[in-house]
Amino acid sequence: MSSVLYDAQGPRAKRRNVLFTVVFLVALAALLWWVFGTLNDKGQLEWALWKPFFTGTEAWSTYIWPGLQNTLKAAVLAVVIALPLGAALGIARLSDHAWVRVPAAVVVEFFRSIPVLVLMIFGLALFAEYTNVSSDDRPLYAVVTGLVLYNASVLAEIVRSGILALPKGQAEGAMAIGLRKGQVMRLILLPQAVTAMLPAIVSQLVVILKDTALGGAILTFPELLASANTMSGYYGANVIASYTVVAVIYIALNFALTSFAGWLERRLRRAKKSTGAVLKADDVETADAGTVGKV
Amino acid sequence: MFDFLDKYDLLGAFWTTVQLAVLSAVGSLIWGTILAAMRVGPVPLMRGFGTAYVNIVRNIPLTVIILFASLGLNQTLGVTLGGGNDFETINFRLAVLGLVLYTSSFVCEALRSGINTVPVGQAEAARALGLSFGQVLRLVVLPQAFRSSVVPLANVLIALIKNTTVAAAIGVAETALLMKEMIENEAQLLLISAVIALVFVVLTLPTGLILGWVGKKVAVKR
Repeated sequence: MSSVLYDAQGPRAKRRNVLFTVVFLVALAALLWWVFGTLNDKGQLEWALWKPFFTGTEAWSTYIWPGLQNTLKAAVLAVVIALPLGAALGIARLSDHAWVRVPAAVVVEFFRSIPVLVLMIFGLALFAEYTNVSSDDRPLYAVVTGLVLYNASVLAEIVRSGILALPKGQAEGAMAIGLRKGQVMRLILLPQAVTAMLPAIVSQLVVILKDTALGGAILTFPELLASANTMSGYYGANVIASYTVVAVIYIALNFALTSFAGWLERRLRRAKKSTGAVLKADDVETADAGTVGKV
Repeated sequence: MFDFLDKYDLLGAFWTTVQLAVLSAVGSLIWGTILAAMRVGPVPLMRGFGTAYVNIVRNIPLTVIILFASLGLNQTLGVTLGGGNDFETINFRLAVLGLVLYTSSFVCEALRSGINTVPVGQAEAARALGLSFGQVLRLVVLPQAFRSSVVPLANVLIALIKNTTVAAAIGVAETALLMKEMIENEAQLLLISAVIALVFVVLTLPTGLILGWVGKKVAVKR
């Protein structure tokens, strides 16, 4: 689409492009030069600081892998709990009865407008005060609680828009052959909506995975980011190296998930059997803000 | 019942949150627009850079970016962003820097989806009139794209407001850090949480409602 914005280039435009390319390249090179210069001045490029990640498995088996396991554990737990909760809330928001619809809407909008971190801090104090969860487990519980509360409400919106994205004829046809409301939802709308929602759900996974890092930074949850900190202490202040490695792991994981979501979306769009209703992978972030507060 | 509030600077923390949000919003709108222009532009190197930037930055947790800004940029490499020796000023600026770098990738994507809603004929007609790429973008496409991206941008802004809490990780005295401190010192968990939740509801709900309304108002009717 973007190529519509400019013509096929003639000699002058081509020359100008070369100029832009060169200028941009010089700017990039200058930035890189500065970065490497500073890194070098501060001795951050010393092989000793990077060595643990490239030789031997100690850094990976003692720090990175356990951290990554905790990250994944929190993320998976959060998804598994949040999905049914979100589905229930989403369907409740579509109910014909105001006494079901309104409370569900209030819950969803409330938790959607509060930062996950605030929910996590609340969760940590809640488990400390009112339960006898051991203090070792509390951070995990708190992280998962925060993620579940927030993401259940986001998933509720995804479910709701997934159902609303289906063609009207589906529900009408189902009612015309005499199905009851519950049956229409269970047999006709939900199965189709779930396929339409898949890309959006997978992209929400990325958000969840990224948010687990909050637990490591603030709630002492021993996940991947926290292990970067321990690691840089252990290997002699190799902050740059540890963070680079951890960031690369996050990027690889999330990029794989994002690509998978995109692939799913394209595949679903092509599929002939479906009604063609697909929630875009990035609908999560850009779900209609105008619906906020509309009960 | 609310007398514990007197001991803490809730208003100050709230103000810090607002400052973080506003400064980062302005910064990321500018940088995000530049990125979007690069991504749709005719220079392959810039397109590549824009795409790579968005794909990389979007996939790193904001927490990692902000912690790195403090531990890596500041404490290891000695970047102070002109903050002198004042720990608080430096960390505030680093937090804004992190938020801008992170949020601009989402702004870029919101704008790009806005650009995609502008009908092909608009750009074609503009080109037929002999406008250059810069003119097509500046005079015809971007004004329409901004109008149809108000709602997605509003969602980015809401996410940004909530993301300012991550600055607590490097000790910026904003609302979430105050909440943590209050909860540790007072035995009023539910009340404190309710107050803090209210702060964010007050910040985000009206933003969504007003900008959602504005978005509908200014959207180009097609």
